[in-house]
Amino acid sequence: MNNIDLTGIRESNNEKLQEVIKESGGVRPEDCYQCGKCSAGCPAVFGMDNTPRQIMRFLQLSMVDEALKSNTIWMCAGCQTCTVRCPKEVDIARVMESLRVLAREKGYITEKSINLFHELFLKSVESTGRVYEMGLILGANIIGMKPLKDAEFGLPMISRGKLAIIPHRIKDNGEVKRIFENVRKRGAKV
Amino acid sequence: MKYAYFPGCSLSSTGIEYDLSTRETARVLGIDLWEIPEWNCCGASSGHLTDHLLSLALPARNMAIAEEAGLDVAIPCAACYARSKATELAVSNSAEMKQEIEEVIERKYEGKSKARALLDIIANDIQSEDVKNNVQKELKGIKAACYYGCLLVRPLAVGFDDPEDPQSMDNLVKSLGGETVDWAYKTECCGASCPTTMPETGKKMLERIFKSAKDAGANCLVTACPMCLNNLDMRQGQVEKAYSEKYDMPVFYFTELTGLAFGVEPTKLGLNKHFVDAMGLVNEVLKADGGRETA
Repeated sequence: MNNIDLTGIRESNNEKLQEVIKESGGVRPEDCYQCGKCSAGCPAVFGMDNTPRQIMRFLQLSMVDEALKSNTIWMCAGCQTCTVRCPKEVDIARVMESLRVLAREKGYITEKSINLFHELFLKSVESTGRVYEMGLILGANIIGMKPLKDAEFGLPMISRGKLAIIPHRIKDNGEVKRIFENVRKRGAKV
Repeated sequence: MKYAYFPGCSLSSTGIEYDLSTRETARVLGIDLWEIPEWNCCGASSGHLTDHLLSLALPARNMAIAEEAGLDVAIPCAACYARSKATELAVSNSAEMKQEIEEVIERKYEGKSKARALLDIIANDIQSEDVKNNVQKELKGIKAACYYGCLLVRPLAVGFDDPEDPQSMDNLVKSLGGETVDWAYKTECCGASCPTTMPETGKKMLERIFKSAKDAGANCLVTACPMCLNNLDMRQGQVEKAYSEKYDMPVFYFTELTGLAFGVEPTKLGLNKHFVDAMGLVNEVLKADGGRETA
């Protein structure tokens, strides 16, 4: 393992760290005392390359890029178990969420299929006001090059009346589209 | 008792049984549900994983329409509830955020209209005596593992019950004459969209839930979330195959069991629409109580 110049990293990465803190609404990584309770209870930790505790440690050391490039922030299901169990009341789930927002902005998308799912989801909401599940599933499969993934569920879903063939479009005089436009004007990368 | 009703996207498609059984259960209990006209998707969970302001603004439009009508909002879906509650709290806690959200949605929303989880209303607002008085067929033979998942109990500001060992749904099922089991995974995450985007990770998360429920002696799972139900019901066969196990564990919405106990026809509740057969257990319940066969 290579030596890491922590003093140098801390100085040169301070701006990046402040960005994370701002995006997370003021979570303080230094509050974490590395007990690991977040990681012991995390239901998705087995699929992560770093544990949530290690992500907090990266931030304490200002190693922001390491946190942003980790698959951990994409595997996080947002279940909030870490946040409610943290003895220091660090909102770890919010940190994961913020790192994901920043990783998208900077183009570090470690888990492309997950990102694609969320992009298609929001595209559907913007264009019709609601999520069109059939379009979301087909779109994610086709663009993700897995056209037959979960195809076994297609017909049974339709026969049970659980998947509409045509999307529902709400009549809102463009209000939902304007919500998207208005958050973009405020800097959202949506 | 009147509420604005926010069904959310899943309840008109993959979670259609939840909508059917919510309406039937509310009718019996005398809860008047006014569906928010032309409601929009709350954005869960893609919204808050993409942009914080967007995630607050999408539910805010629905909440604003309810506030104009002077009503609190009843929300069956756990994810829609969590996002709508987060919006209500953000607006109530910060005048700055309130103003920003109002500018984005181009409507007034002051946080007066509250987001309420349907489970909280039925299990906690309504007296268990009033629930019991409406029971026509006790849920004899039901041994439920009540599965709350994440978003009804976490984070603390959003949750309405204990985050580690909630009891609302357990108490409701007992009021309906059913039994519940103590088990370790009642608030463990089902993986949310993980089983769709990362199938191997998702299956492992689901397997632990089935195993824990089965080991505790349950013969069914009960949930209050359409995403949990889809993962647990539709994907149960996939998980059985991957782990060479057989669970045979029907998965119910709590409103389906409530409606069933209130004597509503099973097909009107959507009980025939499940992937894992639910009608077998439903008919056992109906027979045990002297009811008629409806398969």
